[in-house]
Amino acid sequence: MLKLNKKKWIAMILAGGQGSRLLSLTKRLAKPAVPFGGKYRIIDFTLSNCVNSGIDTVGVLTQYQPLLLNEYIGNGQPWDLDRVHGGVFVLPPYQQSSGSDWYTGTANAIYQNLQFIQRYDPDYVLILSGDHIYKMDYSKMLKFHRQHQADCTIATLEVPRHEADRFGILASDEEGRITSFEEKPAQPKSNMASMGIYIFSTKTLVRYLEEDALDDASSKDFGKNIIPAMLGSGARLFAYPFEGYWKDVGTIDSLWEANMDLLDPSMPLDLGDPQWRIYARNAVRPPQYVGRDAVVQNSIVTEGAEIYGEVDFSVLFAGVVVEPGATVRDSIVMPGTVIRSGAVVDYAIIAEGCEIGRGARVGSRPEDTPDKSLWGVTVIAEGVTVAPGAVVPAKAVVDGDWNIGSAVVLDAPEPAEKEAGEVVRA
Amino acid sequence: MKNLLGIVFSNMHEHMVSDLTPHRCMGSVPVGGRYRLIDFVLSTLANSGVEDVGVITKTNYQSLMDHLGNGREWDLSRKTGGLAILPPFSRTETGMYRGRIEALYGIMGYLRSSPATHVITCDCDMLFNTTYDDMLLSHVETGADITVMYKKMPLIGEVSKDTCVLSVEENGRVRDVMVAPPLSGEQNVYLNIMIISKSLLEYLVSSCFSRNQYSFERDILQAGARQYHINAYEYTGYISRFSSLQTYYDANLALLDSEVRSQLFPREMPIYTKVRDEAPVRYGLGSKVSNSLLADGCVVEGEVENSVLFRGVTVGKGAKVKNSVIMQGTTIGEGSSLEWVMTDKNVTVRESRMLTGFQTYPVYIAKGSVI
Repeated sequence: MLKLNKKKWIAMILAGGQGSRLLSLTKRLAKPAVPFGGKYRIIDFTLSNCVNSGIDTVGVLTQYQPLLLNEYIGNGQPWDLDRVHGGVFVLPPYQQSSGSDWYTGTANAIYQNLQFIQRYDPDYVLILSGDHIYKMDYSKMLKFHRQHQADCTIATLEVPRHEADRFGILASDEEGRITSFEEKPAQPKSNMASMGIYIFSTKTLVRYLEEDALDDASSKDFGKNIIPAMLGSGARLFAYPFEGYWKDVGTIDSLWEANMDLLDPSMPLDLGDPQWRIYARNAVRPPQYVGRDAVVQNSIVTEGAEIYGEVDFSVLFAGVVVEPGATVRDSIVMPGTVIRSGAVVDYAIIAEGCEIGRGARVGSRPEDTPDKSLWGVTVIAEGVTVAPGAVVPAKAVVDGDWNIGSAVVLDAPEPAEKEAGEVVRA
Repeated sequence: MKNLLGIVFSNMHEHMVSDLTPHRCMGSVPVGGRYRLIDFVLSTLANSGVEDVGVITKTNYQSLMDHLGNGREWDLSRKTGGLAILPPFSRTETGMYRGRIEALYGIMGYLRSSPATHVITCDCDMLFNTTYDDMLLSHVETGADITVMYKKMPLIGEVSKDTCVLSVEENGRVRDVMVAPPLSGEQNVYLNIMIISKSLLEYLVSSCFSRNQYSFERDILQAGARQYHINAYEYTGYISRFSSLQTYYDANLALLDSEVRSQLFPREMPIYTKVRDEAPVRYGLGSKVSNSLLADGCVVEGEVENSVLFRGVTVGKGAKVKNSVIMQGTTIGEGSSLEWVMTDKNVTVRESRMLTGFQTYPVYIAKGSVI
């Protein structure tokens, strides 16, 4: 008998992270819902990869500020994930007869949703993060997984040596079988990093998650607990080498850089590729208008924007207005924000619905900043008004209205690496 | 407005812009960078809360069906009602319809089964934006049999045979209806938008059909102006009607005026259209764009001035596009120059080509041409 709900594979996207290193940008929304690249939100890349790889059932695990993410994903129609059998499901933590618990780690989040996975009886489960910018055909990775009769396949990427201590670093033999795995090692043995993308054969996944759940000492994390446990018991783990553009946009700097990468015409991440579209819930807006005296170069701009001033090396989202005489350079301006006449914005990320007053200055250029340690990307949080003529210095993070003479808070305190209840990337 | 059924004529007036309509119907004529003409009608109906809309088709409606899908973009994908595409209902006595009355006769089953009390009919030949709440109220309050929407606008030159002019009494009642009259100057031009009770519409259509009458304008509005209470409702917002390729061109370029855009695209009355998931517009190094409208998916490396670029247009390095309307998927090669040009969809202009029309005679390049 044909089982309609029997799936070859399903994807589980870890989207619960607060993304505290994105500071005020994630005050009211989860990191995967942060606007990106003109018309997208970060999670669009992972969701689109799933659909383009032929996956029709996706669980999105949320827990921090899920309201906007829930609304955004909705019934999944923009990603073609409104399906009769399967589709996309937002999975927040829930109460069970045995009690209730926040997702205490990546493994625990999946463990709490084993029932969801088992409803579809998949042969394989793909575990993904909702906060990476990349294009990847997971079906090739699945083929690799099956060819190697693996219990678990981990997608890997070569990272610069000096950054290797931020990642899970692994080593493999000639065949690709993983011989060691260390989460954020102080002395990395290689530069082959885990991308936090796993394919598990379902039976193996269930077994290790259930064993791990009984271990009170475990921090319920794939990278710290599940993978080492599997290696220790001789399971078949393989490293799948990924080649291409991949970026974890977990910090202000990496978010800024990833947006700027889109402006490079030689960038391997082609948003316009009709064979691998990135889908998004679209704003209903008229085409963008570029005014008579406007100058727009080296930028990407989307629908509803009106540009009368000067825009260079910037990413402008839906409905952004740049008034005559205003200048926006090397910046990211999110939906609905207005840059008034004469304002100058340099190296800044301005969130949704802000108003930058006439003649205000936001951010500064590195070449104009003698002390480079004081320089950095300026962040204006959602809905902030910067008063006419006010100056917001480089590296400042503004999450309340800003007037002339407002106190400068430089260098926001480094938040703890992992906060209670945050689902972190393995 | 559960009580109002929308009927959209997707083929009327095609002969006015015959260059654009050999392979598509009027409703699917691309306009304004990212829209099709039917988007304006459907969005005004949807924004008025009309939940049931039937689209009458005649010929070349494949692109229209592709565009409309199940009506989701206009929020017209409903369990009961919603969008219904009504293909020509051919049977021996009707055949291909000659006019509105026969078209309506062909969908009599659809009309009868609708729970609505009133019907609003619209064509797809203009850019406008409104809601119909006021018009329906006026229809009910005046106790009219039929309410027609008109706009005071100047008639210039020869009046097309698709133009109806109303003579309206002070109390708003229509005294006479003239089809393509030899008039000029400011007139009350009928916009082919009408509200009528469903039962009266069913009666009029059946009774005209039995007399072999097929023109709604002549056989019902004109002939019945004294017999029926026809109420005139004035539309005062922005409008541009397409009566020729020239007016089509002008209407596109008129969108460069911010006042026009603010009237056509107010935030609270959005114009919905099919989502195509194009990437944002990319402005390259050395791109020079001024006074232009661009839809997503464009890549601009050359110069664009006073032009409308539809989705997915590529302007190569050193290319110049001026006073032009460039439809979806057109590629303009490096160093080419276009002025007063209209390209239909998927035109390829190779490198270093020169095309120049004139303001009153823009060059039109057919769909898929390679130059």
